[in-house]
Amino acid sequence: MTYRTDLPVMLPVKRPEAEPFLGLKLWHMLPIALIAIIGPSLAFAQSSADGQTPFGILLNWAPLLLKGFIFNLVISVSAMALGTVGGAILGLGQISLFAPTRHGSWFVTQFFRNAPWLVLLFFAMFLLPFEINVFGLKIPFPDWFKAILGLSLPVMANVSEIVRGAVRSLPSGQWEAAESLAYTRLQTLWLIILPQCVKRMLPPWMNLYSILTMATVLASIVGVNEVMTLTGQALASEGGRPDLLAPFYGFVLLLFFVYCYPIAKFTVWLEKKYAVIT
Amino acid sequence: MEFVFDWFRTLYQETGINLPFLYDEYDRNRMIGGFLTTIWLSLVCLFFSVIIGVIGAWLQGSSFKWTRRIVNGYIQLFRNTPPLVQLYFFYFAIGTLLPRVENDWGGQSPILGSFAWAAISLSFFAGAFNVEIFRSGIEAVPKSTVEAAEALGFSKLQIYRDITLPLAFRVVLPALNNNLVNLVKTTTLAYAIAVPEMLYEANQIWSDNVNVTEMMIFLLLAYFALVGVLVSGMNRWERAMKIPGYG
Amino acid sequence: MNWTPADPMVSLKDVHKSFGELKVLNGVSLDVMKGDVICIIGPSGSGKSTLIRCVNALNDIQKGSILVEGQEVNDPNLDKLELRKKVGMVFQQYNLFPHKTALQNVMMAPVRVLKQDKAKAEETARALIRKVRLEGKENAYPGELSGGQQQRVAIARSLAMQPDVILFDEVTAALDPETVGEVLQTIKDLAEDGMTCILVTHEMAFAREVADHIYFTDRGVIVEHGPPETFFKNAQDPRTKEFLSQIL
Repeated sequence: MTYRTDLPVMLPVKRPEAEPFLGLKLWHMLPIALIAIIGPSLAFAQSSADGQTPFGILLNWAPLLLKGFIFNLVISVSAMALGTVGGAILGLGQISLFAPTRHGSWFVTQFFRNAPWLVLLFFAMFLLPFEINVFGLKIPFPDWFKAILGLSLPVMANVSEIVRGAVRSLPSGQWEAAESLAYTRLQTLWLIILPQCVKRMLPPWMNLYSILTMATVLASIVGVNEVMTLTGQALASEGGRPDLLAPFYGFVLLLFFVYCYPIAKFTVWLEKKYAVIT
Repeated sequence: MEFVFDWFRTLYQETGINLPFLYDEYDRNRMIGGFLTTIWLSLVCLFFSVIIGVIGAWLQGSSFKWTRRIVNGYIQLFRNTPPLVQLYFFYFAIGTLLPRVENDWGGQSPILGSFAWAAISLSFFAGAFNVEIFRSGIEAVPKSTVEAAEALGFSKLQIYRDITLPLAFRVVLPALNNNLVNLVKTTTLAYAIAVPEMLYEANQIWSDNVNVTEMMIFLLLAYFALVGVLVSGMNRWERAMKIPGYG
Repeated sequence: MNWTPADPMVSLKDVHKSFGELKVLNGVSLDVMKGDVICIIGPSGSGKSTLIRCVNALNDIQKGSILVEGQEVNDPNLDKLELRKKVGMVFQQYNLFPHKTALQNVMMAPVRVLKQDKAKAEETARALIRKVRLEGKENAYPGELSGGQQQRVAIARSLAMQPDVILFDEVTAALDPETVGEVLQTIKDLAEDGMTCILVTHEMAFAREVADHIYFTDRGVIVEHGPPETFFKNAQDPRTKEFLSQIL
């Protein structure tokens, strides 16, 4: 009557991301600012010998750290591009009608999905040569390029799964309808299936990009000059003062949060928008 | 066993493929220790991240605006920043703020070691995902089922424990398992603060033996197998937990 | 106030209830004596379900008084557990716990809420499952039972609490036509055992057969009431007449 009765069966499960999301308000920055800057600054209220507060020192270094962060973004965009291309091919391989292609693509996907990102990064760092010879032409492989390759491997595997999942999620009626209209398999895929999949793939693809961006700091472990490495160097050149640790690491956290949070918010918005249509 | 060890020693001598942990006892113990540390760190983080998830999901249902906001702030903060930087923040920034204690050799050592900090940091990281996972599970439990329990005189706590949580748990199991797999992979970050887990020990071995290629390939296969076993175990568990009669 | 079995078991006086702007109950009064079976009928949205949901405090009311064995339900300090021991409820959508077997569904509340001994609760539960004619289905999960079977488990589940009165909220509305009969038979058995029942139903023939008293509600008020024979033969109010002419 006046109240809603639900079936005793469970309600449809929402994807964890597709939940009401609070707007980016001042208080979002509050915990970070508190943890990162104010708290430790208070703990070390006495300023150092040269009279500079930890916050002032951070300001001096901020432009350099920002440059490092932009390098992180360059790595993330490049690895995403490479990984997406590779993943799309691998994903289509996973739905191939030719069994060896299907199984092979499945195995490669699973292999790189199950391996930790850091291990794959080490893998690319140590096992790729520092330069290759193509017809006497020496192409150098700098560390940052290897890092991009190393990070694009797990991206590739995840994109492959996203493609496979999206194609699988389409009702089989679409395939049958296209077949009855005498489309070839390639035409069906290209004209019917993939255009419908793009909407479904976009939110998880963006989610993956966000994860990748946060994984770019792993490159610091293998010595690429990105924001985390620079932070370490900055801290060392300030003499390893313990009161600087929290503001500096807090600043790096803040940089990533400011970049990744809007992406997450946008992803949720997209998901909601497309959920209504499909 | 000795035969196998000898075989790998010969393999090294004949072909140069060097897998020292298969014939050298010292390296073998390092590798086994690393493997066990990875498992132990995963279990500890799993335990605490699930607890954080349950408590967080419960707090999110709180009627106090600020409680919900703080939980949301925690989730967004930990989901949208790199876990490695979180780990550094915990280990270096917070770790240095804590008092030091005298160790067995009369020196000063931090009150919490690198393993403890890795466990804390990764638990909070995985916990942020678990809060959202659990909340979506709780929301999937129909209000009418809760009402039926209410009409039978169940108290709020009893409903949460006997009805909502068991049902929600079944719904979220796939997402939870996915998070657990990610957690196991994320334990490699502990390498960065010298927790002797698998990657760290492998690194020690290849530094001593200059056999990066072999160790790298072994490491990839080891994680592939570890995660593979975990995933198939989880799938089996998910099937066993299915409620009969419902999809 | 001391309640004696000579007083009404459930007594509603001038009950008002609204969901925000929407007024659902507009001054409803009725008395139910021990052993009575009353049926509340009326068009959809007339407040029937809300009425009985208020009796066991699933919905609160804004004004008026609901007494169950002398206990005031419209009271912020209401001991809900005490109330729900006295009042059982069966829902339209059965609302069984999907992760528990039929037997577990029936035993759960006595063990958890009444703290009964497990063995004793199980014995009672098995007897109740026999009573609702579901012998052999003790270990089936709700998802493996038909709607009618689930509803009978739900009735057994509420009986396990040994309530003094049971509320039935359109319990056959979600059922396949062929399973309606078995559920109605179960309720009839209960009524014959002397259980006090308050039913919201669309099954007019059934209401006529089992009810001691029929109440017709529309737009939040009781328009007309009386024993089934007079109610169905000599309805006075034009609204009742119109409703009956559409249904019969």
